[in-house]
Amino acid sequence: MKIAVCVSHVPDTATRVKIASDQKSIDPSGVSFILNPYDEYAVEEALKTKEKFGGEVVALSVGSDKVKETIRKSLAMGVDEAIHLKTDEALDSFAVAQALADEIKLLGSELVFMGKQSVDYDNGIIGQIVAELLGFNSISVCVTFQLEGDKVTAEREIEGGKEVVETSLPCVITAQKGLNEPRYASLKGIMTAKKKVIQEKPVGSKSALVENIQLRMPTPKNPGRILGTDSSAVPELVKLLHEEAKVI
Amino acid sequence: MEKKIVVILEQRDGKIKKSSFETLTVAQHLALTLGMTVDAIVIGDRIENASEVFSFCNCQLIHFSHADLQLYSSSAYKKIVVEYASQQECEIVLLSNTSLGKDLAPRVAVGLKAGLVSDCISLEQKENQLLAIRPVYAGKALQEVTLNSEVKVYSLRPNVFKAVQLGTKAIEKNSSVAVLDPDLSNRVKEVIRSEGKLDVLEADIIVSGGRGVKGPEHFNLIESLAEQLGAAVGASRAVVDAGWRPHEDQVGQTGKTVSPSLYIACGISGAIQHLAGMSSSKYIVAINKDKDAPIFTVADYGIAGDLFEILPVLTEEIKKLKS
Repeated sequence: MKIAVCVSHVPDTATRVKIASDQKSIDPSGVSFILNPYDEYAVEEALKTKEKFGGEVVALSVGSDKVKETIRKSLAMGVDEAIHLKTDEALDSFAVAQALADEIKLLGSELVFMGKQSVDYDNGIIGQIVAELLGFNSISVCVTFQLEGDKVTAEREIEGGKEVVETSLPCVITAQKGLNEPRYASLKGIMTAKKKVIQEKPVGSKSALVENIQLRMPTPKNPGRILGTDSSAVPELVKLLHEEAKVI
Repeated sequence: MEKKIVVILEQRDGKIKKSSFETLTVAQHLALTLGMTVDAIVIGDRIENASEVFSFCNCQLIHFSHADLQLYSSSAYKKIVVEYASQQECEIVLLSNTSLGKDLAPRVAVGLKAGLVSDCISLEQKENQLLAIRPVYAGKALQEVTLNSEVKVYSLRPNVFKAVQLGTKAIEKNSSVAVLDPDLSNRVKEVIRSEGKLDVLEADIIVSGGRGVKGPEHFNLIESLAEQLGAAVGASRAVVDAGWRPHEDQVGQTGKTVSPSLYIACGISGAIQHLAGMSSSKYIVAINKDKDAPIFTVADYGIAGDLFEILPVLTEEIKKLKS
């Protein structure tokens, strides 16, 4: 069984975002990039599944040559093989999903993991689109995952609780924080990852469904008032919340 | 025939959710601007508050019913929506970006060969195009997008658009369709509720605690205040990673992005990831010892003092106000 795991290369969550001069992207200077935090849970779950049932884990990533750095991180965690779907264009979610789906089909993989969203564009839609394009089942925002034969059971986080979802392979699972504790890359893993060949395949151009008009900064908030330094400020706070803000 | 907007409503336990009324308000506004009509669809076994739909939107309501569809089934829900929207040649599909909406919207988009803008915080007709605005990088920046596709799907962030009642209630146009043999290949078998717990995503008020609370045993201070306010309890990533609170309480970039009417941050310094997740709250109160903490840069009101001394007094004052 080939287990596919899709990873994305994103700015560290501590990044202070600045808009680039094209007004359509962020200025990458001084920004450190990481393996998307939710994809770490996806990689871990793919590895755990392989350890339990055998097979191999193949990482896929769409983007420019820079994503190789992130692919290496997944290899260092223990992923067996990696494919870089190369493009220098800023593709929309549908084009990214199409590239992933085409490659997953070639791999013949029936189980796909990825993070529930990447922390750059925060769309959270690629997993479901990939599944629909392939005609796979899918469960998004999973905090547990179980596989028995071809039966898949997972709990997905919803408002105020969890849903227990049942479906079957072939299936795409998108990972939420809490699914597992991602392993750290071992020194041996890092050394092995350096030697592994990342297969490179070009992604064809595709007309965009979603047009990115511009990125801009949100309007900054007016600085608020510090009402005091101890509980003597509480009555004023309560009065303001009740009479000025009218929220209590 | 007038062009159509299809609104997918969401029911839980047979009640249409508040966020669906927000979506209906947006649909009503767009329908008037663009000269379109609105069809609202709801999927489930029984619906108790169907009549409320007409307080927010002049539309026809179609209830797709089946005993097994009371709980969400991505396969069945998708099929129903895609079939209906294609048959009606609908141009715009709107739904709320709740956990159900997030899961369903991309599937519907693929089925309709439509583009999708998820998590919109604004959707307006500008220069002959529908311009959507959505937060990216957890709200550190905003993205303006349009869709090139013929059919367009938009999911709207809950709690951002206000549900506005019509001056006069629209005429009730109800119909019901019995779903035959729904595709249940992907379905929710069971819902596990966090007992008596209000979710930060649905709460109007959130009281959050950070490292300044000093340990899980002191979260009762946060909980008492939350209880007085009818608020949900939130947490910073630091305390979730330390295991003091469950991860579903986490507010911030790798947790939940919230926009309640009131957010009270207690002992939270305001790491950039946390600010990203809560700074769109309507009012923010910060209680923190360090007057230079970044949380005060987004707070409307702050007290730069000891939360162990301040919170019990605040809880008491709220109690007095409520009685």
